[in-house]
Amino acid sequence: MSMLHLVNKSPFEKNSLKVAISCALNKSAILMIEDGVYGAVSDAKHSDMVKTAMNKSDFYVLKEDTQARGIDESKIIDGIQLVDYAGFVELSTKYDKIQSWV
Amino acid sequence: MATKKFMYVNRKAPYGTVYALESLEVVLIGAAFEQDVSVAFMDDGVYQLVKGQKTDGIGMKNFSPTYAALGDYEVTKIYVDKDSMKERNLSLDDLQHLVWEDEDEDYAEKNSIKLVSRDELAKILDEQDVLLNF
Amino acid sequence: MAIEVNGTSYETDEEGYLTDLSQWNKDIANKMAEAEDAELTSNHWEVISFLREYYEEYQIAPAVRVLTKAIGKKLGKDKGNSKYLYELFPYGPAKQACKYAGLPKPTGCV
Repeated sequence: MSMLHLVNKSPFEKNSLKVAISCALNKSAILMIEDGVYGAVSDAKHSDMVKTAMNKSDFYVLKEDTQARGIDESKIIDGIQLVDYAGFVELSTKYDKIQSWV
Repeated sequence: MATKKFMYVNRKAPYGTVYALESLEVVLIGAAFEQDVSVAFMDDGVYQLVKGQKTDGIGMKNFSPTYAALGDYEVTKIYVDKDSMKERNLSLDDLQHLVWEDEDEDYAEKNSIKLVSRDELAKILDEQDVLLNF
Repeated sequence: MAIEVNGTSYETDEEGYLTDLSQWNKDIANKMAEAEDAELTSNHWEVISFLREYYEEYQIAPAVRVLTKAIGKKLGKDKGNSKYLYELFPYGPAKQACKYAGLPKPTGCV
């Protein structure tokens, strides 16, 4: 079964991103929302962990949350796809299950 | 009443929780009491000062412009932890340019933000009479 | 609560501050002043527009101390003092002027 992993906590505050990555099997995706979007920034503490995980899972980040936090698109790790709320809904229907790492 | 050294320590990102906004409101209210106020931003707290925040999409109030009013409230010492910035791939250019006007020098604009090392921050914390954490 | 101006009803909080500041217009300010037996002169409008500009830039209504200082810088020392501002707005320059300007009550203003 395919799974969409939701991460809404800052990787500096909680280990949600790390746990999501460790539990993501093939055909799964990770979507960063709310404070979770800080995990999508390049050349930061967790960028290498994300880049390695990108070999296995698709990564998405919610655009509205990056804009709210002043994260410019140019600062987001190459290969992470920006989605808007409509894209979020689309992803939710595309995967069999959603796992929210609150 | 003798003046006390008050420091507000901010360690949370701006929109995921209400801490940042609450802290800002308390700083503004507290500034009315004419104490020696300073503010520190460390860990995810440094994200509060990032410029270019646009919250229309998430339907929350963008309170980042209010940080620029701190100078008017005579909050002129804003310490930002260097290590926290580095871990987040942030530089001073990514933050708002916060200033205060020195009335004694014909309203000359002076920088409020000072980047400090963890050791420097530790010393500044040690000098305070009251620490308030958000 | 609400305030009726020119046949339109505008929502306010229990202290009479406008709920949605984007609805503000000068007639609302005049009506609010009328209810408090005040008449708005150009000196009042000067302060009211200053407050609206301040809010636009910083997203807050300034505390009275901040307002006094900023008015002094912008409009001159003879206006940047509490005597002048309290004469214009006897219920408190920040509180009353903010209300007429359609802004929320200033933070820290009890």
